[in-house]
Amino acid sequence: MQFMLLFSRQGKLRLQKWYVPLSDKEKKKITRELVQTVLARKPKMCSFLEWRDLKIVYKRYASLYFCCAIEDQDNELITLEIIHRYVELLDKYFGSVCELDIIFNFEKAYFILDEFLLGGEVQETSKKNVLKAIEQADLLQEVSYPSLD
Amino acid sequence: MTVVECSSYQSTVVGVGDTAVDLDVPVCIQVAWHLQSHGAAFGTFPWAGKSKEAEIKRINKELANIRSKFKGDKALDGYSKKKYVCKLLFIFLLGHDIDFGHMEAVNLLSSNRYTEKQIGYLFISVLVNSNSELIRLINNAIKNDLASRNPTFMGLALHCIANVGSREMAEAFAGEIPKILVAGDTMDSVKQSAALCLLRLYRTSPDLVPMGDWTSRVVHLLNDQHLGVVTAATSLITTLAQKNPEEFKTSVSLAVSRLSRIVTSASTDLQDYTYYFVPAPWLSVKLLRLLQCYPPPEDPAVRGRLTECLETILNKAQEPPKSKKVQHSNAKNAVLFEAISLIIHHDSEPNLLVRACNQLGQFLQHRETNLRYLALESMCTLASSEFSHEAVKTHIDTVINALKTERDVSVRQRAADLLYAMCDRSNAQQIVAEMLSYLETADYSIREEIVLKVAILAEKYAVDYTWYVDTILNLIRIAGDYVSEEVWYRVIQIVINRDDVQGYAAKTVFEALQAPACHENLVKVGGYILGEFGNLVAGDPRSSPLIQFNLLHSKFHLCSVPTRALLLSTYIKFVNLFPEVKATIQDVLRSDSQLRNADVELQQRAVEYLRLSSIASTDILATVLEEMPPFPERESSILAKLKKKKGPSTVTDLEETKRERNVDVNGGPEPAPASASAVSTPSPSADLLGLGAAPPAPAGPPPSGGGLLVDVFSDSASAVAPLAPGSEDNFARFVCKNNGVLFENQLLQIGLKSEFRQNLGRMFIFYGNKTSTQFLNFTPTLICSDALQSNLNLQTKPVDPTVDGGAQVQQVVNIECVSDFTEAPVLNIQFRYGGTFQNVSVKLPITLNKFFQPTEMASQDFFQRWKQLSSPQQEVQNIFKAKHPMDTEITKAKIIGFGSALLEEVDPNPANFVGAGIIHTKTTQIGCLLRLEPNLQAQMYRLTLRTSKETVSQRLCELLSEQF
Repeated sequence: MQFMLLFSRQGKLRLQKWYVPLSDKEKKKITRELVQTVLARKPKMCSFLEWRDLKIVYKRYASLYFCCAIEDQDNELITLEIIHRYVELLDKYFGSVCELDIIFNFEKAYFILDEFLLGGEVQETSKKNVLKAIEQADLLQEVSYPSLD
Repeated sequence: MTVVECSSYQSTVVGVGDTAVDLDVPVCIQVAWHLQSHGAAFGTFPWAGKSKEAEIKRINKELANIRSKFKGDKALDGYSKKKYVCKLLFIFLLGHDIDFGHMEAVNLLSSNRYTEKQIGYLFISVLVNSNSELIRLINNAIKNDLASRNPTFMGLALHCIANVGSREMAEAFAGEIPKILVAGDTMDSVKQSAALCLLRLYRTSPDLVPMGDWTSRVVHLLNDQHLGVVTAATSLITTLAQKNPEEFKTSVSLAVSRLSRIVTSASTDLQDYTYYFVPAPWLSVKLLRLLQCYPPPEDPAVRGRLTECLETILNKAQEPPKSKKVQHSNAKNAVLFEAISLIIHHDSEPNLLVRACNQLGQFLQHRETNLRYLALESMCTLASSEFSHEAVKTHIDTVINALKTERDVSVRQRAADLLYAMCDRSNAQQIVAEMLSYLETADYSIREEIVLKVAILAEKYAVDYTWYVDTILNLIRIAGDYVSEEVWYRVIQIVINRDDVQGYAAKTVFEALQAPACHENLVKVGGYILGEFGNLVAGDPRSSPLIQFNLLHSKFHLCSVPTRALLLSTYIKFVNLFPEVKATIQDVLRSDSQLRNADVELQQRAVEYLRLSSIASTDILATVLEEMPPFPERESSILAKLKKKKGPSTVTDLEETKRERNVDVNGGPEPAPASASAVSTPSPSADLLGLGAAPPAPAGPPPSGGGLLVDVFSDSASAVAPLAPGSEDNFARFVCKNNGVLFENQLLQIGLKSEFRQNLGRMFIFYGNKTSTQFLNFTPTLICSDALQSNLNLQTKPVDPTVDGGAQVQQVVNIECVSDFTEAPVLNIQFRYGGTFQNVSVKLPITLNKFFQPTEMASQDFFQRWKQLSSPQQEVQNIFKAKHPMDTEITKAKIIGFGSALLEEVDPNPANFVGAGIIHTKTTQIGCLLRLEPNLQAQMYRLTLRTSKETVSQRLCELLSEQF
């Protein structure tokens, strides 16, 4: 996977994850172009489209579009389920996740994504294992270390 | 992050910029399509719905605040630092630029508090900055965390490396991570991160990841008990195996047995790795991808087991679904499609191929749009396999139906692609007819592509050229605006080259022109064809010369300038063909609207044609206005156009257009050689490689004042100068040609002329003194590294040490290729010019491919040999971006210039190029096959070399890759 973008129906970018090195300018250009393309598509249309030399796989959940760019040999359907599993993880963690959760707890959304996908590849598909890792980290946060500073 | 902090964003950093709609609608699955808006958001977030300006104002205020905190005298505690770094991140993610805070984030990395460290790492991962001083600090912090033995800290550090993946990180950690990955006491979760972290580094900097003992231990991770570890390791192994197939060969049997265990497991066996009743779908897909790096397993037992797996997957597709959820069917079908990809990749089991095809056939009528789309896409690749081509063809009616009824244009596009792929002589008439009728209602976005496809198929499979002519005229009638020049040039080329169709073409265009409103492209084709072959239908009183002329001239005033120019040429051709209409035509040419036309081209044509018609004798007219000679047979430029069409519109457009004009001069409307006004277009093929013209002088450094001074001091030094700038580029330019200018600066020009036969060659080097002053102590030296010396024998005699101003000296180098080689010799030239010492080095373009001898072979032979050379070390593949505009003719010329034979009609995909030849060395001869697959849309190529020797494949692949 080359990158994953989450954006709202209004075209506001909510989360971006790039697995290939690109300049900020290029990232912005890609985002603008893709948001426009995907938002223009009608509901019952196919979830895949060709874009430049990549394949775009996207799915809408409520107000949010989840959009992944994969390479020519990558599997579209399994990518669709990557998106779904990520939504399930967010949902389980936040409890009925909504766009605001992702806006204001963006760091959690990133941490969960890093446990699930790393370097553009699936790292851990077990929902239990991913959430266990995140919960352990949350526990660590609540432990009060003796102040060092 | 605590709740308190979250709300602090809401009150301090404001303006998400949305008009508070849907923000708090659960994204969750159960209500996925539930889309009512929650006005409550306005109450909770008073800033919501404010203008963009207000948002920017608030954010600037906040940024100023954070900046002052960071710069303040009072040292911030960890908590505040974290808070502000987190705010910066938040602001960045809202789409604003952030140019400070990096140092504070780096400081957080070394905090002992998990939450501070975590935010520090997140900031670094999101706002990567290759600021060198910081990178050192970041790497240091990462190093400490990796050594901490605390799995949570190690995880954070590994995630950061995988997210940033820069070269500096690869330099620092590529050696360390394999150790973590295979160490016995590493925790599973750390292993997973380490595997993918290494994968990311390998993608950025493959040269920095050392292969070694660890590779075999990584392969054995395929057997690991923890499926998460297996999943991560499979990705890593797949990527490594693509580049180092030999090293990872043992992964094949391990992957097969793992896959077999998964597909035969009961749906509950794998616990949390079962996804909607499908056992480990992600891992299955990855294992199937890994197997696509290799040919079918040689070991019959492994092969049998794999076939069983694939059959099981195909069988499962026929079983009733275990759940109605779309996730179940998606996961199941993801595995199925990947299995089909593997079957197509192996292309060796007719039984499986046909089953795959039938399965896809079922999907063609599935109610899920996604599945129909994927089935059409997969079938496209199946259509090119000889085993399944016929099976694919049986679905023609369904595909045609898809083209007509699909509601999503991207699906219709796939259907059109598949029809194009499954077309052969037996169904061409039907497919072309369907595409033509689809064209009447097709989306504007894909019309031009359909036009090109129809034009190509009609030409390729025309048995009867009257059908071809009809088809193209229909194309113009239905979609005239989308018929590009290539298409109508091509129909004219074909009519001129085939005298059996000329009379029919003249009759048909004459009839088509009767329509009251016809497309300008039809006027062009009609004008050209009647100008050449109008005499063939002039016997019929209904299409007498005068009627033909009046018909064309009735369209004249509605046409654009280029078309009118073409028609004027038709008229002068008529003067020759039909003396009886000469007076009428002269009247037209003489009229003010022609002779005094504001357009220079039209005016000039009118003046010259009128003059020509009045002074030239019949004989001269007949000679000057003779029928066009046949065009040289060459591949249709329409094909190139189609490929280009599918590509993104890039900046090269201008160049493309310019070149197209040249390339297509053959088809251009220039029937009258006498027309002095004809734009002089260079012959399209003469200059493909720039052979005619000397390459532009490389931007060698002019001996500027400063440089000269330095050179005076370095006089006695006989050290070899570093390679002249541009030397690499020039070197690459000689890979496909033998003559030209190798180097030029203000003083010296070096030209080359060389010839090669079998393993021997001779190179003439010409040194030209461009100044009026003598060069003294002129000493060219050939330098070969030790490695090169044993493989390449160079012999030459010293040249005269004095080169007069304006003179040229010549040096002959005799070359013998002893064994295959990679490096190139360096030519160093030292001399005195005026009072200064000059020292120039250039790479001498003696490359392995010079010892190529082309070999012609038939398709069957080619593929037989291709399969014989299928072991991984014999094949080298490179996928790369096109550096030059992708043009079929130029590509062909380059492959021929490279030295191999260009084999036509061998590759089932006509867009691809294949070549064959033998490299001659003194010790051995090496057979080489090559295949170049352009992807116009992506502006990429895939080049595959197969030879019996790995180093040869490698070197030839490097050399040729640089050419496109």
